[in-house]
Order: sequence, then C-alpha cells, then structure tokens
Amino acid sequence: MAALGKDLVGLEHLSADQIRLILDTAEPFKEVSERPIKKVPALRGKTIVNLFFEASTRTRISFEFAEKRLSADTVNVAASGSSVSKGETLVDTAKNLEAMRIDMVVIRHGSSGAAQFLGHRIASNVINAGDGKHEHPTQGLLDILTLRDRFGRIAGLKVAICGDVLHSRVARSNIWGLTKLGAEVAVCGPPTLLPRGIASLGVTILPRIEDAIAWADALNVLRLQLERMQTGFIPSLREYNRVFGVTRERLARAPKDLLILHPGPMNRGVEIDSDVADGEHSVILPQVTNGVAVRMAVLYLLAGGRAAPAQAARGDEA
Amino acid sequence: MPTRTQLLDDRAMSRALVRMASEIVERCGGTDDLVLVGIQRRGVELADRLKRLIDAAERVDIPSGKLDITLYRDDLQMIGPRPVVGETSLPDLDGRSVVIVDDVLYTGRTVRAALDEVADFGRPRRVLLCVLVDRGGRELPIQADVVGTAVSLTTRDRVDVLVSELDGRDTVELTRGDA
Repeated sequence: MAALGKDLVGLEHLSADQIRLILDTAEPFKEVSERPIKKVPALRGKTIVNLFFEASTRTRISFEFAEKRLSADTVNVAASGSSVSKGETLVDTAKNLEAMRIDMVVIRHGSSGAAQFLGHRIASNVINAGDGKHEHPTQGLLDILTLRDRFGRIAGLKVAICGDVLHSRVARSNIWGLTKLGAEVAVCGPPTLLPRGIASLGVTILPRIEDAIAWADALNVLRLQLERMQTGFIPSLREYNRVFGVTRERLARAPKDLLILHPGPMNRGVEIDSDVADGEHSVILPQVTNGVAVRMAVLYLLAGGRAAPAQAARGDEA
Repeated sequence: MPTRTQLLDDRAMSRALVRMASEIVERCGGTDDLVLVGIQRRGVELADRLKRLIDAAERVDIPSGKLDITLYRDDLQMIGPRPVVGETSLPDLDGRSVVIVDDVLYTGRTVRAALDEVADFGRPRRVLLCVLVDRGGRELPIQADVVGTAVSLTTRDRVDVLVSELDGRDTVELTRGDA
C-alpha cells in the first residue's frame, strides 16, 4: 500500500500510485454523502482544527463537511478575531492548539510553503488547504477525480488550464497531478499572467484561448483575481473577457464538446460566460460534490497513518 | 508446519447453502419482508447464491444489498486505514427482516460494525445473522442464527472461504497452525 505519510502538502511530491490511492479511496466516500444518515464513525474521537488565515467559503465548508461526515470533532480558527491579529506567529498558534491535544490541522495561508513549514514543526497531521501561490492539493485532486468520472481515464487526456496561472495554486496542483497520471497539460492566458519557466513543468503554452479550445478535451478555467487589474497585469476586465473569455461562441467552433471546470468563485462575464458556466458541459457543481469525497479520503488516509505496523498483520476473518 | 485440510468441498458447500436458504425462509416465516445483505467481500457472493436459491424455490425476487463495514471498524488506530473500501448499496430496510450474510464468524467485531451500519440506514423489524462457517472465538456477545458448518478453532488456525466468482472454485479450507 502506497501510504501517504504524515502530511498532505502538495501533489508535487506524491507518486502516481499515491494519487490513485486517494482517488480510489474517494469513490466509496461519494456514496456516504448520499446516505440518509450522512455520517460514518471512521474518525470518531479525532480532533481537527481548520486554521484559515485567508478567506474561504467553499474549501473551508467542504473540509468541515468531510470532517463531520467522518465523525471527527472540528474547530474553526480564522485569522481575524484570533491571537494571530495580536501578532502571534504561525508556529506559536499551532503549538498552542497542539497543547490542547489535537490530531490534525487543515491550514489555508497566504504564504507559499506555510503548510510544509508547519508540518515539520508539529506532530499533528497537516493538510494544505492552499498556501500562497504554491499548491492547493485537494482542489487539484477533486479536479482530477471529476475528469476521471467523465472520461474514465486521465492518461492521454488533454487539459488546458486557462487564465491567471501566475497567481494560481490550483494551476500548480493540477499540473503536477495531471502530468503524473499521464495527461497532456497546456496553459493559456495573457503573457503577464503566465509564470516564467512554466514550460519546465512539462506543459505546453498556448497563447490564444481559441488554440486551447481547439486542442483540449477539457478546460479548467481559473478565476481572474479582480485585484490584478489595479496592479497592471491586464488592461481591463472587458478586454480580458473579449480576448480570453470562455464564451459559447468560442466553444461552438471547437471540433468536439469540451468539459468545463472552474474552481470557483466565478466571475461571470469575465473569465467565463454565464451560459457556459451553467451549460450542459459544465461540471462546476459536480466538482464541489467531489470535493467533499476527496477531502474525506485524504482525512481518512492520513488519520490512520500513524498506526503501529506490528499490529497491522491481523487477518481478514472476523 | 501448518497443515491445510478441506473443511467443505464444492458439493458440501452447495448442500450447505441449499439448507441455509430454506432455513432463512423458515426462520423469517416466508419471503414477504425478507432482505439479504452480504458483507464485503465474500459475504456478497454468498448472499447472491442464497438469493438465487430462495428466488428459485419460492418463485420470488427478494431484495438484496451489499455492505462494506470498513468505515465502522473499531480498530482504525491499530491497523491503519484500509485503502480498499468496497461498495455499500442497500435497499429499503425499514420494517424488513434483514439477514446479514458473511463467510466466517469469528470474533464478532465485523458483525458488530455491520449492525451499527444497518442501523444508520433504517430500522429493520429484526436482523438475523447467517454465516457459512462459525469458527468460535467470539470477543463479543454475538451469535449466528443460520450456520453452514461450525468448528471450534484456536487463534493459530485460519479458515479461508473461496468462491468461484472471485477465486475460481468453491471450497472452505482450514489451515492448522502449530500447536
């Protein structure tokens, strides 16, 4: 068994087998959320802290549902209204939480590397819920799971990641995960929003959205972070939509139907038009559903990860 | 040296299943509210066999389901997570006579977990337990209602139920550990 180790920091350092293990484990967890009682006792007695230094609705609630459906006890800590706003360091905050005997920390932080930094300093399992521009591994995993659901495979699939790749941890986790599983990945966006050296990650650069639409089996449309306009990365939102927007007219010219993914929250009419977001090839809401299952799988796999190997030999009989 | 012997061959297993199928129907007073639920993995195959036998004998089509108890185990901390969690799909259980089917009854912990899981899916009128082999060694106050064969074994012994759907042949093997 390809165990995951103590923490989930990113997909960069996972093997293809470890990624498959998480995706395969997520499958039965999908069904748990469809039960009349959406709860199994697998993590009963575990205490999990959701430590969110950045705003988040979808990811935090998705983690919280995943934790509760596994019967864990959860506490949410937001940076505002906590001692962080009084200047406490990340490690001090976490060590204090650990002194209250917690088992896992889910962390969202504005600095790249925060999850790994914390994982090296505390004994609890650490799960990265997004760190700066680095990685957002559970988002990458739920995107890959959604693609696998629809296409039945990842190997050989052509996925174009469109938009603000420069600031996107979602893009990085997708690139690592998809390429490890044998997909072809391209990025598409204004040159100001593509990181230098991105081709070294094994991706193709497509300068025009029309090229991406003509090439890909699926588009993962990234959110254009609106504050980018003020800082000079793009001239205007309207121009961005005109040149890079994923519109029905552009999709109509594609040689085949494309699957449309978006990690949310969407800016309708900027990076994606409403009739595409709500259209028949959009899997934006199935992505959200899969997010809970993927997070349940990660929590479940990490929670038992510290088992004593000597006791693992027990047979199947019961 | 561990020694391996055959507890049931394919014909003995087939006879046992026929008898178990008719015992299930008798115990439940017919097939009206009957639901068969197999525990992953080999309990699912055995439940399928029992369903086919009952359906053929009674000219009915009784509902059946499958149950994976991995997430209800009490030993996640001891054995670590099991990556392979099987499918759980159950028909309506409310007010039914639910027969849980498994291959081997040993400590009773799997059945304890199955009872917890069944209770989360509905409120059966009653729950019965049906196993192909009862090998003794219970750690919980649980007993089977319908049994294929019973043997008294030590913790060093091992029972393997093989079914043709998964293993290519029907047999129950007993491996005796060193005394």
